[in-house]
Amino acid sequence: MAVDFRVNGRAVDVDVPNGTRLLWVLREHLKLTGTKYGCGAAQCGACLVHIDGQPAFSCQTPIEAVGGRTVTTIEGLSRDGSHPLQRAWIAERVPQCGYCQSGQIMNAAALLARNPRPTRAQIVEQMSANICRCGTYQRIVRAIERAVREG
Amino acid sequence: MINMWGPEMAPQTPQRSAPPGEAGARLDVSRREFMVGAAGLTFGVLLPGCARVATTESPSASLATTAGNATAFSPWVSIATDGTIYIQSPAVEMGQGSLTSLPLIVAEELDADWSKVRIVPAPPNDKLYGNPGFGGLMYTAGSNAVRSYYQPLRIFGAQVRRVLLDNAARRWSVPVSELTTQPSVVVHAKSGRRLGYGEIAAFAEIPARAPEVKPEELKKPGQFRLIGKDVMRVDLPGKVNGTAQYSIDVQVPGMAYGAILRSPVESSAPVRIDDAAARAVPGVLRVVRLPYGVGVVAETPWAAFAAKDALTVTWDRSAAGWGFDSEVALARYAAAARDLATAGKPWDRAGDVAAAMGKAATVIEAEYRSDYAYHAQMEPLNSVASVSSAGDSCEIWVGSQGQTMAVAAVAKALGIPPDKVRLNNLLLGGGFGRRGHRDEEFVIDSVLLSKEVRRPVKLMWTREDDVRNGRFRPLSAHFLRAGLDGSGRIVAWQHRLACDWVTPFMDPVRFKGVFKEVDLIAVLGTEIRSYDVPNRLAEQLGQQTGMRTSPLRGIGFVANKFATEAFLDEIAERRSMDPVELRLELLKNDARGQAVVKAAVEMADYRRPRPGRSLGFAFVDYSNTMVAGVAEVAVDRASGRLQVHNFWCAIDPGVAVQPDNVVAQTEGSIVYGLGMALTERITVKGGVVQQSNFYDYQVPRMRDVPEMHVRVIATSNPPSGVGQMATPLVAPAIASAVHAATRARLRHTPFLPERVMAALKA
Repeated sequence: MAVDFRVNGRAVDVDVPNGTRLLWVLREHLKLTGTKYGCGAAQCGACLVHIDGQPAFSCQTPIEAVGGRTVTTIEGLSRDGSHPLQRAWIAERVPQCGYCQSGQIMNAAALLARNPRPTRAQIVEQMSANICRCGTYQRIVRAIERAVREG
Repeated sequence: MINMWGPEMAPQTPQRSAPPGEAGARLDVSRREFMVGAAGLTFGVLLPGCARVATTESPSASLATTAGNATAFSPWVSIATDGTIYIQSPAVEMGQGSLTSLPLIVAEELDADWSKVRIVPAPPNDKLYGNPGFGGLMYTAGSNAVRSYYQPLRIFGAQVRRVLLDNAARRWSVPVSELTTQPSVVVHAKSGRRLGYGEIAAFAEIPARAPEVKPEELKKPGQFRLIGKDVMRVDLPGKVNGTAQYSIDVQVPGMAYGAILRSPVESSAPVRIDDAAARAVPGVLRVVRLPYGVGVVAETPWAAFAAKDALTVTWDRSAAGWGFDSEVALARYAAAARDLATAGKPWDRAGDVAAAMGKAATVIEAEYRSDYAYHAQMEPLNSVASVSSAGDSCEIWVGSQGQTMAVAAVAKALGIPPDKVRLNNLLLGGGFGRRGHRDEEFVIDSVLLSKEVRRPVKLMWTREDDVRNGRFRPLSAHFLRAGLDGSGRIVAWQHRLACDWVTPFMDPVRFKGVFKEVDLIAVLGTEIRSYDVPNRLAEQLGQQTGMRTSPLRGIGFVANKFATEAFLDEIAERRSMDPVELRLELLKNDARGQAVVKAAVEMADYRRPRPGRSLGFAFVDYSNTMVAGVAEVAVDRASGRLQVHNFWCAIDPGVAVQPDNVVAQTEGSIVYGLGMALTERITVKGGVVQQSNFYDYQVPRMRDVPEMHVRVIATSNPPSGVGQMATPLVAPAIASAVHAATRARLRHTPFLPERVMAALKA
């Protein structure tokens, strides 16, 4: 079926079978490969994007659910990597293998959009949706707190 | 030993390169690759599609995008007339940072301006780029990149600097002894003249043999400008903006998608395939019978996955693994470990254990167990392959820990020479030992499918495939015995390890070769060489099970040091001694070991009691890296749940090339160890893995992770590895803390709540 939606400010229309997950449309159709496949089961958050500003597991989102809506991926978070979280991620040297970090940053961005001054406990609660197998969690917390501080 | 710059490798200016296997040399711009030498020796291959990364800190190096017209000073370094310096990195990048730290070591002795450095992933060539620590194999594993390349790379960097100096001396007709360097500039102080490295590259004459540089001519640590200074990793910027490329991100024209239903058991072929439903899935191109499974090729990934799920396959049941039950097996391993009448294969041996044990005043015994564990690297296994229509050449895009192993495995699978295989090795979304098996099975997957459909194929394992066809840290039972003399001193030590064989499965070549048939991946860590114990025997009782096994972060150290350190905790209790005091007594001949123990104790304020929480201690010497850790744990006696609130760790890795990265790797190691200590467990029934995904194989999340406090005690010893050294500390430190709070002994990892409850009741 044909679905029209916006990705990172750009209008797109794709024609894929009903039920196809947004993740694969983003990655293989639209070549936005910053959004990752990790589990396909809403367990790891590597695929996390924003739909109308809300965090969503793209591996679980059927394409028909985004018709007429606005999707933001890591590629659209900022034009030049200058989002406060992206700068903080570098300053705290968060990534190791880096595979999960797009989803981590997108989830953190959704948190800060809703709650610009989260407590440590609120950060931990929200970010526990994402798995980082390299174990960068402590630096993720520090980076989010830095982004809050430095804006 | 590797010959990096023999006469036959005399570096020359890069010329136009040839396609694999063709004579002659010419530049292939589309591949952004350049070659050197009449024999077509590959000099540099650049990461495909890797955008030049924006950097937020300056000065900093970046990944190279274009080679330009650079002069090759050695197989490791070429310099363009604009001053750009290309340095080869022989290790793959899977998060551990050596893509940056190895070229950094070259740049240090070269006295390069780091902002002018472009890092080039080295092409698959063991002879030039192999790791001396792995017998000259290009293999990124074992926390062994900086450890084994450190000294050779310093020499290679210094050699190129020397060539630059010699050229400047000739140009100015001055003695080379009057010249010095500043970053990327040769200086003649007497006359005030200066020549940039790029300027020298324009006229440089490169000797056929590298100049001799003696170790004593290398920089002293006080002269380091890059080592120890926390230079920004070149791969980080791309990892926060979505541009970092992993093999799963690769797309090539005309590409189809593949998925494979593998036999649940190793070495088991499909007998009967019902593929009617699979073929009915729209977009499916082919169903392919493979020796080890059934492949599906489709126009889209979702069609490939759906078709794979629609297959019904009957498997040949003759393979050894069918019927295997991990719980039953573990009881059998434990019985084997306890059966002293059967000798194991000795590993660490000193003195005469039998005699010393016979004379001991007291003999203490205990048994420990560890379950299978799964890597869970975040990027599920995948590869992209394009086999030529004639089937006589192949290009692959992979994330392998062994570049030359991948090439060799593909060449073997297709029956073609290795030089007909073109490798593009990309960033790895985690490795942890999973991507370095000799058979490179996840690479062969796409090659076989591409060969069948004569199109490029991107082959992806689903997470379920990755779990069910995982290759695991082995199941193990450990029977430990200690003989104490009248004063309580440990005079005899025996560690009997019963576990699945690992190395013969993961790498039969190295097992038969450099390992001399010792299953090092399994047995390492049973040795206790830093401890003052005169009579020791560590032995392996290898179990033939047909299970798929693998090195996994921390390899044998994780289970073996759990047994060793937890046993010492029990011995300390028997002697009414503090566990730390016992370690200090045992480390009386090891100043570095003592230093990390004392540091961890001081960091944790170990003597201070804290209500509702308890502290536990462990020490590990791992490939000459010394680590000590203290865990602060709360035990929920009602549920058996353990929460680790703090973890203090002191690490002495010798020279810390990138100190903050040492901290990052140690934090990651602790988190990894936490999962294996508390929750991570693979079980097998009827030969079939019982877990599927992150809902039933639970790895640590942010809410599970303690505050981690890491102190790097950098010493002037050679760098000794940092990628996994703290992982083995975690389980024994937690067990020690649980004992301190409850007197209960945890002897089976992971410490599942039901196991904790059982220990509390015992």
